[in-house]
Amino acid sequence: MILRAAPALVLSLMALPVAAGLLGTIGPALRPGALEALLAWPGLARAIALSLVTGLSSTVLALAVVVLILATLSESRAFTALRRLLSPLLALPHAAAALGLAFLIAPSGWIARALSPWATGWSVPPDALILNDPFGLSLTLGLVAKEIPFLLLMALAALPQTGAPARQVLAASLGYGRASGFVFAVLPALYPLLRLPCLAVLAYGMTSVEMGMILGPGLPPPLSVQVALWSAQADLATRPLAAAGALVQLGLVAAAMGLWLLAERAVIRLLRRATMAGLRARALDAPLAALALTLGAGLGGALALGLAGLALWSFAGSWTFPDLLPQTLTFTIWQRAGMGLTATTLTTLALALASAVVALALVLALLEAEARQGRRLSLPAQAILWLPLLVPQIALLPGLQALALQLGAGGAAAVFAGHLVFVLPYVFLSLSAPFRAIDPRLATLAASLGAGPDRRFWHLRLPLLLRPALTALAVGLAVSVGQYLPTLLLGGGRVTTLTTEAVALSSGGNRRLIGAYALLQMLLPTLGFALAILVPALAFRHRKAMQR
Amino acid sequence: MSALPSYDCLGRVFLRIPRRPGAQTPRVQPSASENTLQIQRRHLLGAFAAAAALPALPRAARSSETWEALLARASGQTVWWHAWGGDPKINDFIAWLGTQAQARFGITLNHVKLSSTAEAVAAVLAERDAGRVTGGSVDLVWINGENFAAMRAENLLFGPFAESLPNWPLVDTVGKPATVTDFTLPTLGYESPWAMAQLVFEYDSARVAAPPANMAALRDWIIANPARFTYPQPPDYLGTTFLKQVLYTTIAEQALLQAPVDPADYDRLVAPLWDWIASVTPALWRGGRAYPASETALGQLLADGEVDIAFAFNPGRASAEIAAGALAGTVRTFTPSGGTIGNASFLAIPFNASAREGAQVIADLILSPEVQARAQDPAILGFQTVLDLVRLRPEDRARFTALDLGVATLSPDALGPALLEPHASWTTELARDWQARYGTSP
Amino acid sequence: MKAGLHMHDLRITAPGADAPFVRLDGQVPPGQVLTVMGPSGSGKSTLLAALIGSLPAGFRLSGAITLNGRAVTGLPTEARRIGILFQDPLLFPHLSVAGNLAFALPRGLRGAARAETIEAALEEAGLGGFGPRDPATLSGGERARVALMRTLLAAPEALLLDEPFSRLDAARRAQIRAFTFATARAHGLPVVLVTHDVQDAEAAAGPIVSPFAD
Repeated sequence: MILRAAPALVLSLMALPVAAGLLGTIGPALRPGALEALLAWPGLARAIALSLVTGLSSTVLALAVVVLILATLSESRAFTALRRLLSPLLALPHAAAALGLAFLIAPSGWIARALSPWATGWSVPPDALILNDPFGLSLTLGLVAKEIPFLLLMALAALPQTGAPARQVLAASLGYGRASGFVFAVLPALYPLLRLPCLAVLAYGMTSVEMGMILGPGLPPPLSVQVALWSAQADLATRPLAAAGALVQLGLVAAAMGLWLLAERAVIRLLRRATMAGLRARALDAPLAALALTLGAGLGGALALGLAGLALWSFAGSWTFPDLLPQTLTFTIWQRAGMGLTATTLTTLALALASAVVALALVLALLEAEARQGRRLSLPAQAILWLPLLVPQIALLPGLQALALQLGAGGAAAVFAGHLVFVLPYVFLSLSAPFRAIDPRLATLAASLGAGPDRRFWHLRLPLLLRPALTALAVGLAVSVGQYLPTLLLGGGRVTTLTTEAVALSSGGNRRLIGAYALLQMLLPTLGFALAILVPALAFRHRKAMQR
Repeated sequence: MSALPSYDCLGRVFLRIPRRPGAQTPRVQPSASENTLQIQRRHLLGAFAAAAALPALPRAARSSETWEALLARASGQTVWWHAWGGDPKINDFIAWLGTQAQARFGITLNHVKLSSTAEAVAAVLAERDAGRVTGGSVDLVWINGENFAAMRAENLLFGPFAESLPNWPLVDTVGKPATVTDFTLPTLGYESPWAMAQLVFEYDSARVAAPPANMAALRDWIIANPARFTYPQPPDYLGTTFLKQVLYTTIAEQALLQAPVDPADYDRLVAPLWDWIASVTPALWRGGRAYPASETALGQLLADGEVDIAFAFNPGRASAEIAAGALAGTVRTFTPSGGTIGNASFLAIPFNASAREGAQVIADLILSPEVQARAQDPAILGFQTVLDLVRLRPEDRARFTALDLGVATLSPDALGPALLEPHASWTTELARDWQARYGTSP
Repeated sequence: MKAGLHMHDLRITAPGADAPFVRLDGQVPPGQVLTVMGPSGSGKSTLLAALIGSLPAGFRLSGAITLNGRAVTGLPTEARRIGILFQDPLLFPHLSVAGNLAFALPRGLRGAARAETIEAALEEAGLGGFGPRDPATLSGGERARVALMRTLLAAPEALLLDEPFSRLDAARRAQIRAFTFATARAHGLPVVLVTHDVQDAEAAAGPIVSPFAD
């Protein structure tokens, strides 16, 4: 009976806060004068263009690289190595990733230091607008690098549902190369399962405040960054401006998604034509595989190097250009950060565990209810589930903050609820495909052996889902740890997590402290992912079929 | 390179003040007891030399019984101090202050780290609009300038309280007028000062042989050394301060800055400023196509060697950073002749604060010589004190004289005069104007 | 009490269709095998799904099914006491061979009695000592035998076979087929076999029906 209510409960949990947040933020936008004021801002056209271009291009590129990797490298040693490199990067919060990348590519950054002065002759950093470039290239780079691990994880979770190995073998037997075989035989089955993650990536790429501020241009910044700047000002006059900007941003995201779906149709038509033409393209396999490996390892490696640079900064004493390594190492920053660190870490841990565990329980209930009723969630219901991913946070949270104040709520409970709203869709995304992929005949068999619905859940489905469930839990942990705006606004500043501390400190530009906090922010989700790998490996060490 | 271009290190933010027709800048009305104290001080100062001992002055206004009662009520309270959290040295200082408050008064001090003071203003505003008139989440705010003006205009502040604090008489309200006048707005006791700030320029002496002597020489230097100078992007407070600094040297009549902006005259008055800026923009770092987001981002540029001359609001910042190993040891500071803009940082208490008494105790604690001296220590913070050293007891004065100012800090004599902050409307108009001219790169 | 499996005017209609695509009326006495034949895609598996109670949503079933006098139409799968074997043995991958067999045993049986029952079943299938083995390490024939014993340990009153021999190689096929039928007969179970292989039908030695619409 509780189970029957699960879908309704989860959907209202997603829909109501989103609706309330939207109304509370958009309301001021519809007051007269707000849109006019926004249109009067000279940077509007540029900011909109930036948002669209960086969002769309980063999503397309990330998808292309993921498809390339899957098409050419599956089942090879290189693939396993690539997976091992990319999976921990999922746990890296966006801000830390952006800061690491910024240190890597800046004119005074690590790459320049590695090449100076012997190759470049620079004794001071050159005056080159690489970071924060006006076309948003470094922002796009950062977004692509950060979204590839996520899309790869989603694709790998969905791949079993497509029967990919059989299809690829079939295509190979017909003379197709690995790449063309994948694109023609597997991709049509895989892409529909990737569509929503792609749209979520698109929404984030267009509206990311943290990455936009660190890597994006400043004159003018992308639209959502500007909206955040306007919201942060105490002047009441800029609030309608920010609200109007949020409304326009919403419209942009919707338009971009529409554009994406249209482009989808065009690409499908092209693919069909190519499929009919029987393009074998076996010769492309080797170069494409090399490209995939270079791009995947390169981008993942860039993030890892950036993080390593930040970590090194956290131990650095004096480190001037063009030194490749710090002149002195010191623990000062760690000692400083040590004060009050325990409380913050415990708060982060408690919040992350609570929201991830509750989200997992709700998602399991939802999927189990689906299985028992024999009916999938309707498409509108699924859309609601993805709402928190598709609606920019910047458009929701000020409204939710006002609502929380009205209700008198505040503090840890409100933050927990806020985290739950944003964690649940990710947990659902990573668990739904494996859950639905369980052979339905297994359940029928179990039932025919006399096992009732509860026994089938606890003794059949759950054990089979151990690894996917723990992975989904780790994803939930990572998402919760990385939340900034919900913790800040719903907690009234009373709830401090590692991320709120890191962002507050990063506004001070202190790279050493940022490095320390970036490392700590990574620790919790990395542990989660490590457990997701170790526990099933341990539990099923004598079960070969469970180790795929 | 910061996550949120912070407007705020010392509490300022871009703000438009609605102009009420016919409003005049109110004049300070000193209380009777304060008048007496002023006369007393003048007599004493005239009678003794600067080095002569001075007895501690009697507590003003509030009788010792009332302060005791307030201390009793404050004991056991938890004070939430909303202050910018971008500098770990400041965070450590506040943490240390918390230990003192706990040990001496039984008050728990919690530091809410903000990216910008505007967040606290917005929070109190939101609470007021939601009807929360007691038990607010903000007890104490590090604030000044436009934020203070905004909160006063909306009646969001508790007060007056500052001049009733036991340590108030030690504040140098005469020699440091910025302690009672905030961006031309009299504080009237609604905020209590705790640190002085003055704009100083920092340069790498290993690369710059002789720093420019004045603002005109600075312009020549920038043009002669392309891509080695820049300023934070307005409306960041330090960026607008740089504009105000240039405006001071280019405006026809400096006194006009103390009055609100007159729209009829504005364009004519600022024309020389924009000429100055236009002449240097092509020679700026990144050719003026990008700007650092904040004071600390600019400081990072200096540390990375991307610029040779930077500036900050804290004369002790360079020494503190050198001591922490984050800045090259060859960095020194200078001020152009003619003076640089200076102001004070304040503490204010929202009207709905839940720990009002505890907040006042903290404000008083931070005015104590011991705490002020610790703040001035470049190994700790390097913030200049608001106290008048002459009024201190010899042992307290010794705390300050014993301090090593730091290798890069200018002595108070060499610092030069502090120019008063212009009226808040100038900040607003300059920021808006800059955004219109340079806010979108070509 | 009428022993065996009785299907009274069973009709199954596909979602959105008017006419049923399966019409079956008949009975299977204990120990006998009813062979259902039809071309691929005609709905053989759907018929079995209807009998076992796992018809996908949208399909409509009319008629009644009784087993040993008990009406089972409308009962959930776990209450029907009907066993099923699919094309793949579908041994639970997270359990050992013994664990798979234990899954089928009722809760009441515990401890030593439980272990003895499992071992006896393994012996009957010629797989003595295979208890702790990982199902993934067994050959196809061994897996098929474990699957059969698992089904039988649940003490079903009828057995459904969904082309369970089609994945096995020719030599094993005959062996497993014979073993399956013999065991079912020995336990007195009515069997419904779905297949498109004529040899299976011959080995079943029972009536053959083709209840599918064209």
